[in-house]
Amino acid sequence: MATPLDSPISFTNVGKARWWQTGFFASQTGYVLLALLVLFVVMNFASPYFLTEGNIQNVAKNFSFIAIATLGVTFVIITGGIDLSVGSVMCFSAMITSMVMTQISTPGMPGADWFVHLGPDGKTAVANLPGLILLVSILAGLGVALIVGLINGFCIAVLGLSPFVTTLGMLSIVRGLGYVVSNGRGSFPSGPEASYFYTLTSGVVFGMPAPFIYLVVLAVAMAVVLHHTGFGRHVFAIGGNEKAAALTGIPVVRVKIEIYVICALAAGLQGIIICGWLGSAPANMATSYELNVIAAAVIGGANLAGGAGGPLGAIVGCVLLEVIRNGLVLAQVNSYWQQTLVGVIIIAAVLVDRLRSRMA
Amino acid sequence: MVTPHDAGLAVLELKGIGKEFGAIRALHGVDLRISPGEVVGLMGDNGAGKSTLVKIIAGNFPPSHGEMRFDGEPVHFARPIDARAVGIEVVYQDLALADNLTAAANVFLGRELKRKLGPFALLDHKAMAARALELFGELRSETRPHDLVKQMSGGQRQAVAIARTRLSNAKLVMMDEPTAAISVRQVEQVLSLIHRLKEQGVAVMLISHRMPDVFAVCDRVVVMRRGEKRADKAISDTSPEEVTSLITGAKEAA
Repeated sequence: MATPLDSPISFTNVGKARWWQTGFFASQTGYVLLALLVLFVVMNFASPYFLTEGNIQNVAKNFSFIAIATLGVTFVIITGGIDLSVGSVMCFSAMITSMVMTQISTPGMPGADWFVHLGPDGKTAVANLPGLILLVSILAGLGVALIVGLINGFCIAVLGLSPFVTTLGMLSIVRGLGYVVSNGRGSFPSGPEASYFYTLTSGVVFGMPAPFIYLVVLAVAMAVVLHHTGFGRHVFAIGGNEKAAALTGIPVVRVKIEIYVICALAAGLQGIIICGWLGSAPANMATSYELNVIAAAVIGGANLAGGAGGPLGAIVGCVLLEVIRNGLVLAQVNSYWQQTLVGVIIIAAVLVDRLRSRMA
Repeated sequence: MVTPHDAGLAVLELKGIGKEFGAIRALHGVDLRISPGEVVGLMGDNGAGKSTLVKIIAGNFPPSHGEMRFDGEPVHFARPIDARAVGIEVVYQDLALADNLTAAANVFLGRELKRKLGPFALLDHKAMAARALELFGELRSETRPHDLVKQMSGGQRQAVAIARTRLSNAKLVMMDEPTAAISVRQVEQVLSLIHRLKEQGVAVMLISHRMPDVFAVCDRVVVMRRGEKRADKAISDTSPEEVTSLITGAKEAA
């Protein structure tokens, strides 16, 4: 089929881009990572406590609390969408998980006799497999996140509503549902398996906080999915040119629903982890976290116009936000400055990228 | 040399194709036959119905009236992917490229090559880059498979869009203004590619405003005006002057 070449292809008129002009080194993620390293060095000189093991562990734990949700939102942002409902989903999933766990661990409650019974000593004992209560309650929390994601995806991809408006509405709906099911009271995971739950969500493994390990595993998985699977390729293509993606036969509707589901699941998982750390799921938990999450993604190089972003950028953005917060505390700066500085950094990060693409 | 309207199966046959958009009649009673290995030029002024006709054949929207047969079988396309499945490839005027992806990624968009790694199917970057380089070589385009499309010239983008049609064994390739935005040297390359498609028995429909290109490569020219087919003549039986007067309406039909 292929016609033999008369002459091998030559590149006399087309130069090859140098290594620092392409890929990671030329991306916003690259600069922001550089800025982060500089910040680490500066902080090290500014405060002797900064690089202590305790503080680094603290930073690692704190940024892990928004970073998993940031991975999910990054997926959505790459396609040119936005998800404002992540904060509400975090709260709702956490709440459902802890309420289900409490419900099915209390003998006498409807459905609970599958899972627990009162022991001869009057204590609650696990009736079935150990871990089953934990599994069911976490799946319940992720299940509601899945439903929220499906509704978001359906409204945006099938009905064609704007992502901003849909998820803004969902922010309010899900937060409201959280108040309805809890009656405005916080709930906390309890029962015979609550200790497993706390170990899984706020334990320490090999000197590292457990959420940090989940984050690393999920980030690596996300990198593989984005760059080495057809699905990831389609996510980027939809962000670059949605019309072209549809014309080349990419199932745009399906991919979009899938990314909103992924985003909601990430937010739900994040909420469940935060719940374990706090020891409860208050009804106002994670309020306005969606803004931190989106800010972190944007600082890390996800382009709100679509087509760019990745897990490394999401993590770098989260670390930068946390190091600044931590640094301002260590430097004894009035903590009210924190938000102002975060705003400046969002604009500066995007501005640097803008200037670079002008110059190139 | 395949002459039009002679024996053999037509690759594409349209009968009485019409299309209305609300009160606007964009196409009316268009009949058309294209044989394998035939290059047909589709000409007409803006608003003559060329794009509507192309979009109907490409499956972007269904016709309001008429019948479409491909390879002798009646076909109804609900989506562009249905048209591609039977062997119709289109090079769109705006090229339908994703700027943020590489040339190779764009060529293989929607039909990526995969390799199995246990239960997972991962993209085969190497094979896609190699095949894309081969296709760019056939097109004599100095395009690197790993370069991003947003950094490319108009001619390179065109090459990427055309390379995409060469992935499958298309039976009909429609090109919407492929020579409108590229350099003189690259026009030659595109025209020689059309010749190569023809040699392989692929039918080509060239939508163009450029008279010299149409007369250089086409066997037959079809002129559209006000949503109707006004002429369908072998190139040897007509002249640029006659085609121009058909396009403008100075001559009603031929």
